[in-house]
Amino acid sequence: MSKKYDAGVKEYRDTYWTPDYVPLDTDLLACFKCTGQEGVPREEVAAAVAAESSTGTWSTVWSELLTDLDFYKGRCYRIEDVPGDKDAFYAFIAYPLDLFEEGSITNVLTSLVGNVFGFKALRNLRLEDIRFPMAFIKTCMGPPNGIVVERDRMNKYGRPLLGCTIKPKLGLSGKNYGRVVYECLRGGLDFTKDDENINSQPFQRWQNRFEFVAEAVRSAQEETGEKKGHYLNCTAATPEEMYERAEFAKELGQPIIMHDYITGGFTANTGLAKWCRKNGMLLHIHRAMHAVIDRHPKHGIHFRVLAKCLRLSGGDQLHTGTVVGKLEGDRQSTLGYIDQLRESFVPEDRSRGNFFDQDWGSMGGVFAVASGGIHVWHMPALVAIFGDDSVLQFGGGTHGHPWGSAAGAAANRVALEACVKARNAGREIEREGRDILMEAAKHSPELAIALETWKEIKFEFDTVDKLDVQ
Amino acid sequence: MPFKSTVGDYQTVATLETFGFLPPMTQDEIYDQIAYIIAQGWSPLVEHVHPSRSMATYWSYWKLPFFGEKDLSVIVNELEACHRAYPDHHVRLVGYDAYTQSQGACFVVFEGR
Repeated sequence: MSKKYDAGVKEYRDTYWTPDYVPLDTDLLACFKCTGQEGVPREEVAAAVAAESSTGTWSTVWSELLTDLDFYKGRCYRIEDVPGDKDAFYAFIAYPLDLFEEGSITNVLTSLVGNVFGFKALRNLRLEDIRFPMAFIKTCMGPPNGIVVERDRMNKYGRPLLGCTIKPKLGLSGKNYGRVVYECLRGGLDFTKDDENINSQPFQRWQNRFEFVAEAVRSAQEETGEKKGHYLNCTAATPEEMYERAEFAKELGQPIIMHDYITGGFTANTGLAKWCRKNGMLLHIHRAMHAVIDRHPKHGIHFRVLAKCLRLSGGDQLHTGTVVGKLEGDRQSTLGYIDQLRESFVPEDRSRGNFFDQDWGSMGGVFAVASGGIHVWHMPALVAIFGDDSVLQFGGGTHGHPWGSAAGAAANRVALEACVKARNAGREIEREGRDILMEAAKHSPELAIALETWKEIKFEFDTVDKLDVQ
Repeated sequence: MPFKSTVGDYQTVATLETFGFLPPMTQDEIYDQIAYIIAQGWSPLVEHVHPSRSMATYWSYWKLPFFGEKDLSVIVNELEACHRAYPDHHVRLVGYDAYTQSQGACFVVFEGR
């Protein structure tokens, strides 16, 4: 039956609040934490979010009648209380698959976190989680290589990988920078990393850095007999420059490049990931700017959404925080989103902040990178929290060693291997961490000195963004 | 005045990947690692190679992977038999995970020279 055009402003809830709706397997589902303006009913706020993030606008328009809007509209199908918070509530919204272009994370985010976040009837809005339907996932390439292929390429098995960011992060010449890379790798690390700020500055142009780093990697590999790599940051001002840098890294025979996916943008990231798949290159992903978006508990986008989006857009390693280091990160919440990076199915679990069952199908996994203010004393906890499919990434915790970066790297490696060996032998490594490290230090002066150097350093601050559980 | 520095000299060492920075394991410690591999449901596998080829992707299999083997002593005997047959080769133990088609564990038990 055709409808009549009735100009004017209707309440959103008349069209977009559909509590009887049963979501389809092909729907994209989202959970928003909404805080409305005073006096606006929850259903109206939730429906407004559904409308403004899908087909709706503030006024009825005649052209709606040219299509079957019921087929295309987003619907709020459930509202829930937020534990411990009287002002906010969760709105669950289902979006039909055809609202989104195949394989485009950019398009999904433009809809879901577009204009709606500035909507006046809302005080705050936070996108907590997205359930991507398999029908959408199958249109995304995902990680260029995935965890299994990365292990095979790098010949690293049965333990987390070890990395280190080169410091000072700015100001070294290409040759001096390559020296620090060489020291870390010869000392026992698997990877070193360009700091995210390093692109191609006057003190060190990218081509010069790439050449010296390649030599450092090659030398360390020959001398240690182990596979090594350095994340060559290809993030640049334009996609054309990124591809130029990536091509040069490949020409130098390097195994891995790097991209900053939030400042660089999802379109750039997806393009570079596809280049990596095609060219047999691993892709390390940094996440600068994430805390601007994900740290406020009531506004923005939770990192689990950004992590899911990255897995779909493509990357073989993603920074996830450390829980124990200098940067913010709640343990349960972190466990929740590292599952989203690595597992093929993640069940709904509110205690970990996962609001939906998420089936990843055959999509490859992403290594979780724990980086930021960690040192040897953190090793037992890091191994327990992150497990083997992770990269434990040091900075000051390697270079700050009194004997220099190579000895610092060796200390990191001895500590890691001691923890893995103890875990495999059935010991409770978090509880017995101290004993395990002290025993290992008997065979390693480098570790003994590292333990002495950092024995008092802790980062114990309360988490700003806690999970809503009581 | 004699020069005295507290800074040590770190010498680069050639290592063989996982557990390469730990002292050689005792018999009991090797048992623990085999028990872990079996408990994870992985298949133990013994590989060996001449040290000049240690960076090669493919080391030679010793026989075939020991699919479904649950007896620790069988694996220990196979490791020793491989070492006796190739005394100058590196011998490593792998925990092969057919589900991921990866190796959940992999470390050198005997170093050749």
